[in-house]
Amino acid sequence: MANALPSQAEGRALTDGNRFRMLDTAAGAVLRHLPATLAILGCILLWQLVVWGFSVPTFMAPGPVDVIKAFGENAGVLWTNFWPTLMEAVLGFIFGNVIAVLLAVWFVYSPLAERAFYPIAVIIKSIPIIALAPILVLLVGNGIAPKIIIAGLICFFPTLVNMVQGLKSASPAMLDLMRILSASNSEIFWKVRLPGSLPFLFAALKIAATSSVMGAIVAEWIGSSYGLGALIIEATYNFRSPLLYATVVIAASLAVVLFFAVSYAESKIVRWKPTTDH
Amino acid sequence: MLETLNRSGQDSVGNSAVSVKNLHIRFGADDSGFTALSDVSVEIPAGSLVTMLGPSGCGKSTLLRTVADLVHITDGSVSVHGQTPRKAREGRDFAFVFQEATLLPWRNVIDNVRLPLLVGKREAGATYADPEELLALVGLKGREKSMPHELSGGQRQRVAIARALVTRPRILLMDEPFGALDEITRDKLNEELLRLWQETGTTILFVTHSIPEAVFLGQHVLMLAAHPGRVKEFMKVDLPYPRSLAMRDTVEFIQVTAHLRKLLGEC
Repeated sequence: MANALPSQAEGRALTDGNRFRMLDTAAGAVLRHLPATLAILGCILLWQLVVWGFSVPTFMAPGPVDVIKAFGENAGVLWTNFWPTLMEAVLGFIFGNVIAVLLAVWFVYSPLAERAFYPIAVIIKSIPIIALAPILVLLVGNGIAPKIIIAGLICFFPTLVNMVQGLKSASPAMLDLMRILSASNSEIFWKVRLPGSLPFLFAALKIAATSSVMGAIVAEWIGSSYGLGALIIEATYNFRSPLLYATVVIAASLAVVLFFAVSYAESKIVRWKPTTDH
Repeated sequence: MLETLNRSGQDSVGNSAVSVKNLHIRFGADDSGFTALSDVSVEIPAGSLVTMLGPSGCGKSTLLRTVADLVHITDGSVSVHGQTPRKAREGRDFAFVFQEATLLPWRNVIDNVRLPLLVGKREAGATYADPEELLALVGLKGREKSMPHELSGGQRQRVAIARALVTRPRILLMDEPFGALDEITRDKLNEELLRLWQETGTTILFVTHSIPEAVFLGQHVLMLAAHPGRVKEFMKVDLPYPRSLAMRDTVEFIQVTAHLRKLLGEC
């Protein structure tokens, strides 16, 4: 094995790579996250102390203890309203991103299509999502469909922009090389453009993961009788503040879980770093 | 080897690997465009190592890219072993090494070397080189499974050279392949390229902007002048092979570089 080792100067890049990977060991991870964990616990403690110290009424701002109690008392309600929102967010995430990726592929291979439809994508993006919700309810009814569409629309635009950029990120020299190898368009797509676009795609997917939950909740505000969004409206109108807070915590946790799910998929799929030649 | 003999039987021009006749290359529209190459004629002997020098804008890269079928010929002709550049490209007659290593960062070293065997039309019955042997040849034995980001710039360029050789091309076109490397790495790769050339018998066309590099490597130096790009001189370098880096301090070597530097000043 010894004779297979690179010379010292040329091998330096390798040892650096190993050292970075060492940081990802479990012990290192705990240590790295310790400051953030302590800071969060500190904030929660401070919140409880403020609520106690200034005798803030529960309907105005419940303390952490009230919120934790609300979780226990409303477990059933939270659970039944959690599933529709998860479903809408995930389906919206899938449809929005699949359509965005397909459109990006079309744009990259047809500059005419890009010139024609890119502005429309920008116009749709610039309509406030909350203003779009009632329009969709009128169009497709009050079922799960408008929620999925809104969650999907929110995911759609960042993915479209990033994916177009990612598919175009192949270097001119790389494309020249493929031409010299007489590679077909589909070979260039599958072997060069698509893998090269993955870091761009995942950057967008991480944004989409959290915003799809937001899209689903906003959609549920408009005349819905189920879902975390509907629960938020109901709890607010009935001054059930601990339940409102508990719902918000669940919604935020859902977004965080989806974000880490996408990050995990990224770490399994994109196992390379871009090389900089200069 | 037998295959090479058979194929060279089709050559229309003696033992030229590349034959360029009255080549004109214009880019852009007729009035707003510019002339990159004007009336260039040159014969690159088979098996030779020709380095191309010239001021920026002299079209040395354009000439190389024209041979590689990356640039459309405006007028004149380029023949690669008696074929058009397009036919030569489809027949895998040449390979190209760029200034960037152009490795796919998600493929490990050996899979990058294999890339030419996975894409494009592959001739039935064509024999290709063994990627592992080639990696050993460029000094990267044991690094087959490394990822490109784990390699230094010099090592990446070695992988690019191994990848170029995997289709057993008769001609290797190199466009400032060591231009982005530090001098020590460049010197080392220059020596190894000479060794590769002598071991494989491949014709090499090598673009550089370094006079010492051009003289050290080249059997011939093709000097181009700029505006418009044209042949200034095609000279034989009368220095014996095998060459070592120490040769660069000899009077003979310095005389050649001085001559070229003077010529370059006139371009």
